[in-house]
Amino acid sequence: MRKNIIIAGVGGQGILTIASIIDLAAVQQGLFVKQAEVHGMSQRGGAVESHLRVSDKEIFSDLVPKGEADIILAIEPMEALRYLPFLAPDGIIVTATEAFVNIPNYPEQAAIKDEIAKTGKHLLVDAEALARQAGNLKTFNTVMLGAAARYLGIEGSALKEAIKTYFSAKGEDTVKVNLEAFQLGVACSV
Amino acid sequence: MNPQLLLGAEAIALAAIDAGISGVYAYPGTPSTEITEYIQQSSVAQQKGIHSTWATNEKTAYEAALGMSYAGKRSLVCMKHVGLNVAADAFINSAITGVHGGLVVVVADDPSMHSSQNEQDSRVYGKFAFLPVIEPSNQQETYDAVRYAFDLSEEFELPVLLRITTRLSHSRSVVTQKTPRAENPFNPSTDKRKWILLPVNARVNYAKLLDKQPLLTKISESSFLNKQVEGAGTKAVIAFGIGYNYVMEIRESNQLTFPVLKISQYPLPNEMLRAFVDKYDDILIVEEGYPVYEELLKGYFGNPKFRGRLDGALPRTGELSPDLLAKAMGIERNAERAVPSVVAGRPPMLCQGCSHRDVFDELNSVFESYPAKHVFSDIGCYTLAALPPFNGLNTCVDMGASITMAKGAADAGLHPSVAVIGDSTFTHSGITGLLDAVNDQSAVTIIISDNATAAMTGGQHSAALGKIHDICKGVGVEEAHIRTIIPLKKNSEANMEILKEEMDYKGVSVIIAQRECVQTASRKRKETAK
Repeated sequence: MRKNIIIAGVGGQGILTIASIIDLAAVQQGLFVKQAEVHGMSQRGGAVESHLRVSDKEIFSDLVPKGEADIILAIEPMEALRYLPFLAPDGIIVTATEAFVNIPNYPEQAAIKDEIAKTGKHLLVDAEALARQAGNLKTFNTVMLGAAARYLGIEGSALKEAIKTYFSAKGEDTVKVNLEAFQLGVACSV
Repeated sequence: MNPQLLLGAEAIALAAIDAGISGVYAYPGTPSTEITEYIQQSSVAQQKGIHSTWATNEKTAYEAALGMSYAGKRSLVCMKHVGLNVAADAFINSAITGVHGGLVVVVADDPSMHSSQNEQDSRVYGKFAFLPVIEPSNQQETYDAVRYAFDLSEEFELPVLLRITTRLSHSRSVVTQKTPRAENPFNPSTDKRKWILLPVNARVNYAKLLDKQPLLTKISESSFLNKQVEGAGTKAVIAFGIGYNYVMEIRESNQLTFPVLKISQYPLPNEMLRAFVDKYDDILIVEEGYPVYEELLKGYFGNPKFRGRLDGALPRTGELSPDLLAKAMGIERNAERAVPSVVAGRPPMLCQGCSHRDVFDELNSVFESYPAKHVFSDIGCYTLAALPPFNGLNTCVDMGASITMAKGAADAGLHPSVAVIGDSTFTHSGITGLLDAVNDQSAVTIIISDNATAAMTGGQHSAALGKIHDICKGVGVEEAHIRTIIPLKKNSEANMEILKEEMDYKGVSVIIAQRECVQTASRKRKETAK
């Protein structure tokens, strides 16, 4: 088993939280993990991505080769498209529908949707509504993790355990609301 | 011990703690910052009392690390690649003195310039200084290499340069810890001939350094960091550092069997290399950074059996990737999908509410009444004011250059000659330049955009905190021309008035634009709320 995952978003949106939870779950399952992050200048509101690879065999490259990503998990729809060269022919895009507009030339949102539709397998997630339903808008990223869960090569139960571990320091309520958000994400991908 | 998922930078930090360091010295700089931060936050390091506060710049950091080594203790010093330029005087000369307690210098290079102004390759510095260089390929090897580097440093009484790149520093993988070693006892060196680099001593020490070279080469021959991956065929690869990962990725995923020589310790293992090179007639050389060893192996007239960055098999610049390696090895791949034209660029930008925004808005407005605008700037978040909508600066070269370039341009007749520099950059390398301007009574206006932190690298403690006014006064700037403004919209009229007054003044003036970084302010609010 090997999964190549690209997590995409905008600096400050918290894509590293998603990566950390997947990391925890993968390590707990005894898998090999490599996860490349972007630190530094781009974190100031620029496009950021994380290359995350999990496998039951040794992984050499920290970077996902182009055309070999099994999934692009995007917190922002235009950012999903930015990493299209990495997507495998049968790969899937799982993206939140909410645009993050911090540039003056942000394209028409309909045009972005059209382009995503053209890519093949894709799943659009109304993450904001689901996060609200879970009880906290901050669970946006956890919703997206749930929506992507079945494509990550990691058992859902391991991801839930990782969510508990990751949020445990913030208290039981935070854990609970994130588990709820995760579940809502999972439900929309079935 | 439990395996942990660590960034390459964190693996270095953990290994250094476990190697028994008594101090880490560093100035923040991407991609090296996380090393020191990990040690600062480590409870083990805190219990042991390991020194870990930030230094004012890389040179002061290096010299303090050398002093700790003099006292017999192990020390770690970390910086980004351009930081080694700042510390180069200490670095090169510490090869002549040698060390007492183990000293490991970690330099994080940034090929592709993700967060830097060049992609210089620190291995060249290692050669220049005649020091052993270690360039690990993955996170576990990084941990092991740091432990090894400290032993090597003490065995040879030399600093050891550990070179990493952005990708290794900022990528996580599982690392298994080894049994920690105790700190060295306090045991200051008494060997004055070693440490006093008068020519009479330096000549002797330099000869000793050169004498150590064959031994260092011998050590490289048997190092666990250099190894051969057996294979078949007449084509082969020599892979250096992290380049090895990309080579192996392509080799494994395409079930290829070409032989690979992996090199992660320098000086080059002579015998190993010669035996390998003699066997094959087509050798791809894979280096993350400059084609340093490719050039050497290829020779002046260019032996065509060596391919790499110099003949275009790999690009001459930028970071390597599995894709570039596949291409260099002639592997057919699926046509990759294109990025749709609808996707707009999303460059980094100054945060909403950032004080630098107000500084540049005000400065731009004031300049409207002057025939020309020349703003000399520096390294920090405010460099982003080079981009629209601000288009607010004309130069950004190296730490501290804003002040000295403004001074030189003023000497040439430019007026107003304005510099914009951050607080942390000012104490890093701006103070001496300000002294030059004061001594020459140059007509410069220095704006110190003081957000009370080293913001670009994530909000580290600024050595300038609470000291800027006194420093400027102490350096000799007339107090009437040290002005403090609060860069907020409501003050903009008054601020612009002050800017104009000082820009018209034909002497040295400093305007301290003081308002806390919005990122650190918001973090503090969250911490207080807890």
